[in-house]
Amino acid sequence: MYAWIWRRLPGDTRMKVLGAAGLVIVAGAVLWFVVFPWLEPRVPLDRVTVGP
Amino acid sequence: MLLRGFGELSITVGLIMMLFCAYLLWGTGSYTMRQQRLLQVQLMEDRERGKIDKIALGRALALVRIPRLGRDYEYAIVEGVEFEHLKKGPGHYPGSALPGEVGNFVLSGHRTTYAAPFNRLDELEPGDEVVIEAREARYVYLVTGSKVVTPRQVEVMAPVPGRPGVRPSEALITLLTCHPKFSARERLIVFGTLAGRENRRTT
Repeated sequence: MYAWIWRRLPGDTRMKVLGAAGLVIVAGAVLWFVVFPWLEPRVPLDRVTVGP
Repeated sequence: MLLRGFGELSITVGLIMMLFCAYLLWGTGSYTMRQQRLLQVQLMEDRERGKIDKIALGRALALVRIPRLGRDYEYAIVEGVEFEHLKKGPGHYPGSALPGEVGNFVLSGHRTTYAAPFNRLDELEPGDEVVIEAREARYVYLVTGSKVVTPRQVEVMAPVPGRPGVRPSEALITLLTCHPKFSARERLIVFGTLAGRENRRTT
């Protein structure tokens, strides 16, 4: 998977490294600001109330 | 080739899970700290209005300070204990007593996520102060004990804890959080009783 992405990145090695870093940042941001806030209420990790 | 793909996938999933843990511990906290500043502003605005009998869900109710947990330990209490309320800070059970009132003043707070206001509740010992800065007065509760219960033992929130239906004659406080840390299996409960009241100087 990663080898396939690496081959697809344009330019020389330096450009590829920059492109890869950009992809990592984009993926991290999507997870942090979109996926995790959606997922967090669905994980029963820190439930603090009592109820029937 | 297949094996390599599987390995890469496993590493990716592992990294995402680590990032999710970091989000739970620190990402959720930044939201809470922002909301806490808004709630503190609300408290300043409401200060002149004096004692209230009913407060809207999601609105700031009072400040809680616990000297044992540090000189800076201070959180704004929000009205309500739904998920959206507890994201903002410790929540007051609607319908339970208000600060200083006879009955049980019940608060819930997160233990590990959303700035974890009640993270160190297990360190409280009998005699420790829990100070509630309400609009009209400062109430000092003293811790009387703690215990671990199951999530269904709602009787800890009764006006007289453990004895539902009994008419209260004392002003009590009950703090709830999850137990053990990072788990939803049990609840840690800290009980306290009102020991003092200082009226706020009205100018």
